[in-house]
Amino acid sequence: MSATAAGWLQVALLVLALAALHRPLGDWMARIYTSDEHWRVERIAYRAVGVDADSDQRWPSYLRAVLAFSAVGVLLLYGLQRLQSLLPMNNGMAAVEPGSAWNTAISFVTNTNWQGYSGESTMGHLVQMAGLAVQNFTSAAVGLAVMAALVRGFARRGTDRLGNAWVDITRSISRLLLPLAVLATVVLVLGGVVQNLASGTDVSALAGGTQFLPGGPVASQEAIKELGTNGGGFYNANSAHPFEGPTAWISLFQVFLILLVPFSLPRTFGRMVGDRRQGLAILGVMATLATVSLVLVSVFQARAGGAATQLAGGALEGQEVRFGGPLSALFGAATTLTSTGAVNSMHDSYTPAGGMVTLFNMMLGEVAPGGVGSGLYGMLVLAVVAVFVSGLMVGRTPEYLGKKLGRREMTLASLYILTTPAIVLIGTAVAMSTDAGRSSMLNDGPHGLTEVLYAFTSAGNNNGSAFTGLSANTPFYNVALGLAMVFGRFLPIVLVVALAGRLAAQGKAPVTAGTFPTHRPLFAGLLTAVVLVVVGLTYFPVLALGPLAEGLS
Amino acid sequence: MTAPVLDRPGSPAGAPAPRRPTIEWGPALVGAVRKLDPRGLVRQPVVFTVWVGSVFSTVLVLTDPSVFGWLITAWLWLTVLFANAAEAVAEGRGKAQAASLRKARTTTVATMLDGREVAAADLRPGDEVVVVAGQVIPGDGDVVEGIASVDESAVTGESAPVIRESGGDRSAVTGGTTVLSDRIVVRITSKPGETFVDRMIALVEGASRQKTPNEVALNILLSSLTVVFVIAVVTLQPFAIYSGAEQSITVLIALIVCLIPTTIGALLSAIGIAGMDRLVQRNVLAMSGRAVEAAGDVNTLLLDKTGTITLGNRQAASFTPVGDATVADVAEAARLASLADETPEGRSIVVLARDGHGLRERADLPGAEFVPFTAQTRMSGVDLPGGRTLRKGATGAVLAWVRSLDGPVPPQVPEIVDGISAAGGTPLLLAEATGARARVLGVIELKDVVKPGMRERFDELRRMGIRTIMITGDNERTARAIAAEAGVDDVLAEATPEDKLALIAREQEGGRLVAMTGDGTNDAPALAQADVGVAMNTGTSAAKEAGNMVDLDSDPTKLIEIVAIGKQLLITRGSLTTFSIANDLAKYFAILPAMFAGVFPGLDTLNVMRLSSPESAILSAVVFNALIIVALVPLALRGVKYVPGSASQMLQRNLLVYGVGGVVLPFIGIKAIDLLVSLIPGIA
Repeated sequence: MSATAAGWLQVALLVLALAALHRPLGDWMARIYTSDEHWRVERIAYRAVGVDADSDQRWPSYLRAVLAFSAVGVLLLYGLQRLQSLLPMNNGMAAVEPGSAWNTAISFVTNTNWQGYSGESTMGHLVQMAGLAVQNFTSAAVGLAVMAALVRGFARRGTDRLGNAWVDITRSISRLLLPLAVLATVVLVLGGVVQNLASGTDVSALAGGTQFLPGGPVASQEAIKELGTNGGGFYNANSAHPFEGPTAWISLFQVFLILLVPFSLPRTFGRMVGDRRQGLAILGVMATLATVSLVLVSVFQARAGGAATQLAGGALEGQEVRFGGPLSALFGAATTLTSTGAVNSMHDSYTPAGGMVTLFNMMLGEVAPGGVGSGLYGMLVLAVVAVFVSGLMVGRTPEYLGKKLGRREMTLASLYILTTPAIVLIGTAVAMSTDAGRSSMLNDGPHGLTEVLYAFTSAGNNNGSAFTGLSANTPFYNVALGLAMVFGRFLPIVLVVALAGRLAAQGKAPVTAGTFPTHRPLFAGLLTAVVLVVVGLTYFPVLALGPLAEGLS
Repeated sequence: MTAPVLDRPGSPAGAPAPRRPTIEWGPALVGAVRKLDPRGLVRQPVVFTVWVGSVFSTVLVLTDPSVFGWLITAWLWLTVLFANAAEAVAEGRGKAQAASLRKARTTTVATMLDGREVAAADLRPGDEVVVVAGQVIPGDGDVVEGIASVDESAVTGESAPVIRESGGDRSAVTGGTTVLSDRIVVRITSKPGETFVDRMIALVEGASRQKTPNEVALNILLSSLTVVFVIAVVTLQPFAIYSGAEQSITVLIALIVCLIPTTIGALLSAIGIAGMDRLVQRNVLAMSGRAVEAAGDVNTLLLDKTGTITLGNRQAASFTPVGDATVADVAEAARLASLADETPEGRSIVVLARDGHGLRERADLPGAEFVPFTAQTRMSGVDLPGGRTLRKGATGAVLAWVRSLDGPVPPQVPEIVDGISAAGGTPLLLAEATGARARVLGVIELKDVVKPGMRERFDELRRMGIRTIMITGDNERTARAIAAEAGVDDVLAEATPEDKLALIAREQEGGRLVAMTGDGTNDAPALAQADVGVAMNTGTSAAKEAGNMVDLDSDPTKLIEIVAIGKQLLITRGSLTTFSIANDLAKYFAILPAMFAGVFPGLDTLNVMRLSSPESAILSAVVFNALIIVALVPLALRGVKYVPGSASQMLQRNLLVYGVGGVVLPFIGIKAIDLLVSLIPGIA
């Protein structure tokens, strides 16, 4: 079988698995966010923290809970890293220096998992397990909670209550992420991913000399790294490392884990608003964008110019030969489409066009299907914009799911679509116009620009993957990318929760023949176009000077 | 009076305006220059951004002159001017109407009840003034004494005089109208400066125009897009410097102006003003733009049966004989009994006898004595010489008359009468008496005639998602029958004002928007409660105060047109927004290669239009961007064509025209302009 055929078979297998599982999982998640019952273990947690789990919060209170929870997460993670040398299970690692510790703390709390450090030589087992892995769960849970609030905003009517943030966060972990992560860990261990508490072993290499192979609780961290669309690897080489991604099967399984929750959430959305077709339309948009992106990356990689590349069957530089071109392309597309940022190949080595697609995937705002929770809420805000324009075109005050989109709703949605591009472009511009920014660049020309642009796009959209080719562990980048991650995560969250509050307070306009149906292919097509146009128009100039200039030369 | 649309079956609700407006560009350009004041422009963020860019570019070109710089700067200013002109054109059309209204307002003296004369401007609500034939009514008010014919053409444009009388629903008079006959006493209801005519003037001039909710929301989205594009272009400079292709500020400003949604930004307020103007042209005054937008959102339409759905007078439809009488007997007798009956019903009986049974319409009946209808007898008829008497009237009354003359009551009478009632008609019993013996001859069926084309109209509304409810004082059975014939969705029978109010509240509870028309004082609460309340100009002051629109033609069917105008307003905004953003693609393909192909020759692949030179490409994009505003002014004023249909059909059509068209057109336009611009020395 040719590599290409094998590649498409892998995709087919993946699609089948997702198609089979998105319904039960989506339904299950809908129950998580609508059920009145508390599990005993959850009650214990609520009592320990002193939370009234039965209270229903107004949007400012919901927002405060989410922000405070994240702020505490940053402090804890920062503290753990700074005190590493004094704590047990540090595997002899020193305290992480302040700039890197702040950057990493922000990075993991914002679900970005940008890694300016090298895991195996910086973080001991305690920080990995009690710090980074914990944030892998909680940051994903925060995204899911915010999503639940927004969906409730659409589903509820005439109320100022959005649910309880503490309950949503807790349940996301106890009922979804933890059980799934345990299952996934077992599969990963069976597939050859290491899972131990050893600090590593010295082995004699074939060519003479010895090599140190660090071990650790890799599989358990790997599971939530993919499931929670986190992406921060145990090892610096991430999923390309043989201990983190030992086989092609495991690599494919990791792609499956990355896509599982985000692609199931539209179903949850449809369930919660009481119209599954609405979820299906959103799923259609996500799937279309993802498919087009995957095809483009695959084609650009396989059709790379040059005699050597053609002989090799595609651009293989920077890619694991164990996985080959198609699986690398699949992983690359999946990880950038979902705000995960895990890698099994180096995007920096992709063809200019292939690399541009991974960059463009992130520029979409991580909505196709995006990070857990954040992908859906981002897509819903874009749907609000699409409905607004199309609603006007059918001669009515635009309404989405019976909610009228007036001045306040549009203010919040407009600011949302403005925020991330502003962060990315201003960040990149500052880096390119300062010595501190330019001195970290390892390449010049359009490719160098692309690397810096990629870093800020990744941070601003909370993806976390790196194009590499940039020495990012410098004070400038630690601070600048840290700020990009904070603003890129929490400004949208503020806007989304406020929007949820506005929507919930509204009644529900009845559906009539004059209502523009938002579950038909026409709307799905329009939403896809809006996503592409808004992103395309915003980033076209900078893409022209980066990957386009490189690719067309 | 404009012809009621309902009489033209099948005509789309958004049919072209009654008079085709012309665009007065001359005065508009003067207005446009006046509007260059930035304090006014701040209200339009997109245009204001272009203004700032133009100022910058002017300063730059003054310090470093070049042909290219001057041309770009000139066209940037033209962009601002065109945007201002669009607004000025829209405003200008209201000015003429306002001028004629002002004339009406300059009434000077009012005569108080006690004979004092005071200036009209000093009248206070509650003052009572006397107006006699030939005088102008000094202010809005209600007639409290007398009856007069009034010429309201100054306000409505309708020259036929109307009757205004004290009491009842025809008591309201408008300041500025002229009393033609008789004498009336008017109690003033408006404060000085706040009369109906004052409000009208403010409205048509656009002075009191406030942005409507949808307009505000759209402005926010456009502002946000403007900020995104400004950031995208401003941050481009560091990247360009890094790439060794530093751009002149003029080029960056040109790029910003091309990318931000100038087309819709420039036309937005013109669209709003023109929407109000379209209403004014149809003789409807909206008290707020909000009401016009709400009209587009209406889910439920409450329509009065009489005059709106039916012609309003019952007409004879058939004669049914009873007993041994024949149809011809009944027709003959009915005709005789109605020859002198000048009510519409009576006339229709004569007409039916003539058309259906060949009986002459006019005949002299020497010695006949006509018995007119009275509320006591509830019968009318004729006493012929020779002792034959004929009576027609309400079933109960005629039967009583027959019984009083010892006549028999045929058993089939109740059956026929009930059958007619059930079908929505009104039965009139016809009886005769010769000598002392009376007998029932037959039954005349009167029917309320549904206006032609109504069913199609309601079907159309249903496709638009609007439910119609017929309001009538008839009983449930009659109402249902007419509803079925006219094709309305629901009826409210034996409706009292309280019932109407309750119905509106019930509809609104489900989140629906309700529109209704009314004229009486007892309609006022319902008019106020409805989201769109259209008061008839012939109605009472209370009704006009309560509603948020006034129809000067007092045509209840106008509501359907108002809905169409509201929708058209939103569709025009949405379509031009889509068009504006779709335009950006071509502009990128023009400008980006022009900026960077020098450093990265590969980027010339993006120059798909094969524009002649970088300068020409940028200038062509700017020129296109400015000219498209002018080209679209007529569309903004007229409104995008509105064909009622389902939301999906409408969206599909508008996306195709304004979305796909918006992508394609600028490629052609910019290329065409480039062919001309490249002839300019120093550009090619």
